[in-house]
Amino acid sequence: MTRVTQYFKSLLLIELFQGMALTMRYMFKPKYTMRYPMEHIPKSNRFRGLHALRRYANGEERCIACKLCEAVCPALAITIDSAPRAEDGQRRTTRYDIDLFKCIFCGFCEESCPVDSIVETHVHEYHMEHRGENVVTKAQLLAIGDRFEQDIAAARAQDAAYR
Amino acid sequence: MTMADQLIHHLLIPVLFILAILLPLIISVAMFVYWERKVIGWMHVRMGPNKIGPLGMLQAFADVVKLLLKEVILPTNANKFLYYLAPMLALVPAMAAWAVVPFGPETVLANVNAGVLYLLAMTSMGVYGIILAGWSSNSRYAMLGAMRAAAQVISYELAMGMSIVCVLVLTGSLNLTAIVNAQSGNFFDWFWLPLLPVFVIYFVSGVAETNRAPFDVAEGESEIVAGFHVEYSGSAFAIFFLAEYANMILVSFLASILFMGGWLSPFPESWGFIGHGGFHWLFIKAFFFAFLFLWFRASFPRYRYDQIMRLGWKVFIPITIVWVLVAGCMKYFGWVHLGTGA
Repeated sequence: MTRVTQYFKSLLLIELFQGMALTMRYMFKPKYTMRYPMEHIPKSNRFRGLHALRRYANGEERCIACKLCEAVCPALAITIDSAPRAEDGQRRTTRYDIDLFKCIFCGFCEESCPVDSIVETHVHEYHMEHRGENVVTKAQLLAIGDRFEQDIAAARAQDAAYR
Repeated sequence: MTMADQLIHHLLIPVLFILAILLPLIISVAMFVYWERKVIGWMHVRMGPNKIGPLGMLQAFADVVKLLLKEVILPTNANKFLYYLAPMLALVPAMAAWAVVPFGPETVLANVNAGVLYLLAMTSMGVYGIILAGWSSNSRYAMLGAMRAAAQVISYELAMGMSIVCVLVLTGSLNLTAIVNAQSGNFFDWFWLPLLPVFVIYFVSGVAETNRAPFDVAEGESEIVAGFHVEYSGSAFAIFFLAEYANMILVSFLASILFMGGWLSPFPESWGFIGHGGFHWLFIKAFFFAFLFLWFRASFPRYRYDQIMRLGWKVFIPITIVWVLVAGCMKYFGWVHLGTGA
């Protein structure tokens, strides 16, 4: 009996018509497409994008050259040199390079930092045009931090309860 | 008749008529490609092309320009003559078949009495282009694709021919205009109802004939990359593309002419404008069938090769042969309403 019903099912193309009805229903559904440059999906406040070095409100850089980020970095993307600062003898970095080609954006540097200096911003739209631009220097990182400080601080504030 | 009159009647008017068929055909192929990408996109809950031109409508023309600007690469050890001949052999029948397609009661380029035979001959010719393309490319993938395409096209040609025979049995004419006239009456007098199984088989065979999904094993990109036209690039590829889509549109028109009453209106005469026949009805019907091609492609996974052969030989051909007898009975006992010309 099942063979007979199967035979007529396939002969009358019933399952094919069901499939076509399904695709026809989907044709009129709202589309999932995000028209990217015009539209953006919402980002988590924990989004890990381009790196930045932050400053305190008085303009002093936060980084104290503890090198925890350099130690924890699984991709060995961070290179730090440090020396006493000339003016006041405080321990500061003389060099803070992040190789964006090596970086895997794991966020460990951000988590390990005792002074919330190195952070990852929401910026993910950036590019390099020349060889060597993948290595971001301390000056550049500080500049990124200055530019997006409000954004960075807001994201940290939102996440503070869970940290 | 003066010399000038003869020139006008036998040369100028036919040439203008040919242009009036072919230019819209080529443009509709371009728009059909756009519509295909759009419909399949919608059915996949995507948007389809929407960047070039309003709603992406110029996408197909951008693709054409891209293809024409690209280099036509000749593979090593390819048979140069056949390699360049094959696309033309695919395109010419796809275009020539339009000569006998009636767009209205009087609007047909060549009102020949053996129109259906001519159509069958022309659509069968297209397979030479495919075989030669596969063979002359000197590529295993192309060869395999060509073999598959050829076997499939020839198998389904039989089912298609037999289903057309059912129409011929009812009308008693090979003239396409006469076939449409024989269907005159209301919506239920068209041949789709008395010949329903055959109508389905005709259209499915048409899908298989044009190597479209779900019968596109000839292209089978998961196994043999792109089938017979793997090695073709640039304008040579564009010609294959044009031929394939022209054939799809042709099959859609033929399905409307043979089974859906061609230019006849589905509504009674008394309904005024929409009750009158005209080429717009033919275009609406053909558009629906062309849409079915895309709908199939968005819905169904590809058939396995042996399933395709089984379907063609062991299902379609027996059903059509039985229905030829049924159609004969219908005609003999007068079970169907036949309009003028039959």
